Amino acid sequence: MIATESLSKRFPRVTALDRLSVDVGPGVTGLVGANGAGKSTLIKILLGLSPATEGRATVLGLDVATKGGEIRERVGYMPEHDCLPPDVSATEFVVHMARMSGLPPAAARERTADTLRHVGLYEERYRPIGGYSTGMKQRVKLAQALVHDPQLVFLDEPTNGLDPVGRDDMLGLIRRIHTDFGISVLVTSHLLGELERTCDHVVVVDGGKLLRSSSTTDFTQRTAILAVEVTDTDEHPDGTAALRDVLHARGIDTHDGSGLPGAGHILLLTAQGEETYDLVRDTVADLGLGLVRMEQRRHHIAEVFKDGDEQTPKDGDGQRDGGQAGDEQRKEAVRHGG
Amino acid sequence: MAVEQPRTQVSAQAQTQAQAQDPARAGEQTRIHNIGYRNYDGPRLGRAYARRSLYSQSLRGAYGLGRSVKSKVLPMLLFVVMCVPALIMVAVAVATKAKDLPVDYTRYAIIMQAVIGLYVASQGPQSVSRDLRFKTVPLYFSRPIETADYVRAKYAALASALFIITAAPLLVLYVGALLAKLDFSDQTKGFAQGLLSVALLSLLFAGIGLVISAVTPRRGFGIAAVIAVLTISYGAVSTVQAIAYDQSSNDAIAWLGLFSPITLIDGVQTAFLGASSAFPGGAGPSGAEGVVYLLVVLGLVAGCYGLLMRRYRKVGL
Repeated sequence: MIATESLSKRFPRVTALDRLSVDVGPGVTGLVGANGAGKSTLIKILLGLSPATEGRATVLGLDVATKGGEIRERVGYMPEHDCLPPDVSATEFVVHMARMSGLPPAAARERTADTLRHVGLYEERYRPIGGYSTGMKQRVKLAQALVHDPQLVFLDEPTNGLDPVGRDDMLGLIRRIHTDFGISVLVTSHLLGELERTCDHVVVVDGGKLLRSSSTTDFTQRTAILAVEVTDTDEHPDGTAALRDVLHARGIDTHDGSGLPGAGHILLLTAQGEETYDLVRDTVADLGLGLVRMEQRRHHIAEVFKDGDEQTPKDGDGQRDGGQAGDEQRKEAVRHGG
Repeated sequence: MAVEQPRTQVSAQAQTQAQAQDPARAGEQTRIHNIGYRNYDGPRLGRAYARRSLYSQSLRGAYGLGRSVKSKVLPMLLFVVMCVPALIMVAVAVATKAKDLPVDYTRYAIIMQAVIGLYVASQGPQSVSRDLRFKTVPLYFSRPIETADYVRAKYAALASALFIITAAPLLVLYVGALLAKLDFSDQTKGFAQGLLSVALLSLLFAGIGLVISAVTPRRGFGIAAVIAVLTISYGAVSTVQAIAYDQSSNDAIAWLGLFSPITLIDGVQTAFLGASSAFPGGAGPSGAEGVVYLLVVLGLVAGCYGLLMRRYRKVGL
């Protein structure tokens, strides 16, 4: 679908992309990076709208430097920012954008009705967009990217600004774009957690460099993390601490998930294999504690933000992006894990 | 509910997954699956068609069509205001069995310049500032069109809209003149000259209006700036011309007309389209001066186009 070869983009002061070589196949691919990692720049280049400083890239087998128009006819794009005029209805806007993609008037109207229904907009599509909620606006933005039935869509931060439910809906919709509609997806986000659930493949960029590119199952299988929560008993007033001590004695490192909501009540540990589950179960039983839950936390693909191959899952707050993005990410991890 | 069979098979696994994720939405999801996604195999008409679509959408938008009722009011009102005087003149001419229309075809737009100015000021920003303000421009450029297509479509649309609002009253005058059984060849010649003149005026005013509007995403600023440029330049030019007239330096009057859009059009039509100048004392340009006028008008039109191209080259995603 997409192939780049030592693609670089340098602005007078910053290097947005630095010799990025990546291959993206069909399916849903997540492009992950902190804000300013070069995700949007990459999309601009792939749409043929901004020339690369060096290197080359092809989309659907077409060279971005020379075949920009053809690429844009077969590719959809959902921008990160707001892009909808408030005084027209969703139907009118999407029909117009369909015609801008080359669809004849009758086909444009028909496809618009279909597409708006598929993204979940019904009666409200005749009302002016100005009165829509953020979630509905995101759906209109998605609809205009899909209306011409592209082979590939670029979705730039589609979950930005959505509440948890809206975010889940949007992620489900993105998944369906591939499974039901047969359209490949390149979706960017700075939240790894949500991409992991949605994507077949994740590409991580940082500072314009490729950090990692592999399938989602690779990511998560290697870093299966268990979250364990136990009850307190009279014998062990602090059950969590008791369990931790015993597990330490058995040579298993735990982490109390400090910084995360619910810290102190859960233990995070790395599952080496089946035997870890048994060990935890037996330990809890021996201590006479109640096992509230033991579940896989798969959200620590955040480690890819860290350098090297070191994969210490307990270090949950070791992301490089830091700041707000990092905070959001941790919250995200907890929410999806819990 | 199933209108037709889904083209793409939905795997049972995917469906159960979706339901497991969010049981509350399961009903809705099932409904969507039943309708099924259909791929589009029809023609894709490409760049030229997209440009035409943008042109027709912008032209309709210039009269509020396809937009809210509120945005239809002003352009429609101005259109009526442009045509009513022509209707009255025609009525008078027919009733009094006059030998000629009270106003030349070429003079009509000059008389009504305030209305034309208002129209440019309201619709220029409507056409381009909104796209900038709501950041719709990047969406256009994610389509097969290029910068030049966007600029040409917008320019052509506003110029066409202006031509419609300026040519319509001329048409009223012409039809009325024929009804009043005025001399056919005379009237036809005058009408043709009038059309040429307003075509030139439309190109010039659309260019100026768009360049000013494209600078700011704020529609209000755009409107104010266009009105200011049109009225201040005209006010200044006619004042200085009046002073020149007092000192009876007719040469100066002719050259001063180069500095405002409407007097430029006046000059060109005085020199080439048989109009009598609205300059003080009727001291319009002639011959060589007229050529300069025409060159300046064409230069301004080309310059506006160039500036718009430059403006939009920087507006990426």
